[in-house]
Amino acid sequence: MAAGKSEKYKSDGSIGGNALEWVDARFPATSLYKEHLSEYYAPKNFNFWYFFGSLALLVLVIQIVTGIFLVMHYKPDAALNANGVPIAFASVEYIMRDVPGGWLIRYMHSTGASAFFIVVYLHMFRGLLYGSYRKPRELTWLFGVGIFLVLMGEAFFGYLLPWGQMSFWGAQVIVNLFSAIPVIGPDLSILIRGDFVVGDATLNRFFSFHVIAFPLILIGLVAAHILALHETGSNNPDGIEIKANKDENGIPRDGIPFHPYYTVKDIVGVVVFLMVFSAVMFFAPEGGGYFLETPNFYPADPLKTPPHIAPVWYFTPYYSILRAMVWNFFGLPAKFWGVVGMGASVVIFAFLPWLDRSPVKSIRYRGPIYKTMLTLFVICFFILGYLGTLSPSPMGELISQICTVFYFGFFLGMPWWSRMDKFKPVPERVTMK
Amino acid sequence: MKKLLIALFFAPLMAFASGGNVHLDKWPGAVSDKAALQNGAKLFVNYCLNCHGASYMRYKNLTDLGLTEQQVKDNLMFTSDKIGGLMAVAARSDEQKLWFGATPPDLTIVARARGEAGNAGAGADWLYTYLRSFYRDPNRPTGWNNVVFENVGMPNPLWQLQGQQVLNHETHKLEMAIPGQLSPAEFDKAISDLVGFMVWMGEPQQEFRRTLGIGVLAFLLLLFVLAYALKKEYWKDIH
Repeated sequence: MAAGKSEKYKSDGSIGGNALEWVDARFPATSLYKEHLSEYYAPKNFNFWYFFGSLALLVLVIQIVTGIFLVMHYKPDAALNANGVPIAFASVEYIMRDVPGGWLIRYMHSTGASAFFIVVYLHMFRGLLYGSYRKPRELTWLFGVGIFLVLMGEAFFGYLLPWGQMSFWGAQVIVNLFSAIPVIGPDLSILIRGDFVVGDATLNRFFSFHVIAFPLILIGLVAAHILALHETGSNNPDGIEIKANKDENGIPRDGIPFHPYYTVKDIVGVVVFLMVFSAVMFFAPEGGGYFLETPNFYPADPLKTPPHIAPVWYFTPYYSILRAMVWNFFGLPAKFWGVVGMGASVVIFAFLPWLDRSPVKSIRYRGPIYKTMLTLFVICFFILGYLGTLSPSPMGELISQICTVFYFGFFLGMPWWSRMDKFKPVPERVTMK
Repeated sequence: MKKLLIALFFAPLMAFASGGNVHLDKWPGAVSDKAALQNGAKLFVNYCLNCHGASYMRYKNLTDLGLTEQQVKDNLMFTSDKIGGLMAVAARSDEQKLWFGATPPDLTIVARARGEAGNAGAGADWLYTYLRSFYRDPNRPTGWNNVVFENVGMPNPLWQLQGQQVLNHETHKLEMAIPGQLSPAEFDKAISDLVGFMVWMGEPQQEFRRTLGIGVLAFLLLLFVLAYALKKEYWKDIH
């Protein structure tokens, strides 16, 4: 890779060759191409779980391109039109009906939002399976956690824009959470809303965050994530450093050029993903009421609180953790501890590289303790997610408290239990399974 | 001021959104039935559009039901003289609130809003059951009540067609007291058509969406075969 930096393209005399030589003398086109594609050596044993990184990039592009077209027709305005409907809400229906192809663009964007989280959750799970966050890839992992946090903000801001009942009340509930922070809380929540209640000012600033600020941060973090990854090289299902075994040319013996090998392989993944994506988008765009929630087909109504306010499915595990905190500690209200718990449940992922003390990276060479703990963690995550979609109940509260304890126990106990496991010997070279 | 206006306008929806746990009859219709949709459109503009708007919907889109613009103009346009106009309602919302105690909600996407998580089609069932469940109730200001939506503000707009039902308080069943112009079977068909129109209106391109979806999936299947063959070819030497 380092060799690529000094290489400049020499023209073969053709017009295209001359043009490339001209560019290469002024911009590192050839060396960038080599460093990140044709001479980026990825382990040859990537499996199913390694599709989701490139798919996340694909969904990001889908969201940005469809978003550009939606902004052309959407109006972030909470005022009522001549028919007594908020302009923002009516403009979404205008896109769905009167803008040619608008319904397709809008469904791509709404399905894309859920698809983004599905893909990112699977991508993160891959990291847990094969220890991708371990040394030397801690920074790649930290940039990834940053991406996840920004993505949550992006989704939260975007969800207000259709200005339906669930948009409005979801934002109301979440912004009110900030008021539980001691001293600065009440002022902070007013600062976020730009008003004392969720209103036109809130809608406009959320629109601004959603279409400009957060996408910019997101793209920057994605670039940093990929650059950091390409600096260390990719991990693989065996958790072996392929750079430890290079041939006489300095190329890892278990590495293959990303292009063309993984580009053609990822195309297969992309097509399969698009089939699933299209099946939802064309035949069940509401995602069974989880991707587009039915109360959001009513315009926002500040005077009518829906009987049950549930966040969109991708936030429900953290929402359950929030609701699981029902005790006042140290003179601070339970609501505050709920917010702390919810925030901590997301941020705690960032500490994984330093919590995991096992001598091997991949689950393939770990013992039963890790397999059991990871399985229970995933089950807890699903239970918390499911409970978050339901109305509060005493039984649900108890179960969510148990799951919350395990959720944090998984992370905080990791320095001890990750060491105690029975490990298998790690092979010298990657295995093709 | 704006907030006050918003508040005034939406307060009545509070009453509208409260539903009970009544068994819902399955809507028997289909969105692909153009003749039924045309009949539903006729019923909608004659019986619903006087009080309820369908203000995201344009008259011109009714031509998708197999009608010409002239047919739409002659038979279905009572609230606008422009074929590109929205199906808005002329009645003023503040006056309506005075008459009914609640402003009638916009109906363009009511079939979608009445769906449930895990059952998007439930909106049609709700509407189909609700519109057939009115009964006479002398305790209500309008003289009407509804089993599905207790103490609803809306009187039965279709009473001439349906006749007048009463609630038998012992069996909790509705009984026909005074028959209307249509037999119960004819009335059920009319309501089914009307609900079909509202389901269609909730997303007028939904049939096209499904048709396009089949085409897209067929294309992707073909692309998958090619992409997989390409991958196999490139990877044949990697072991």
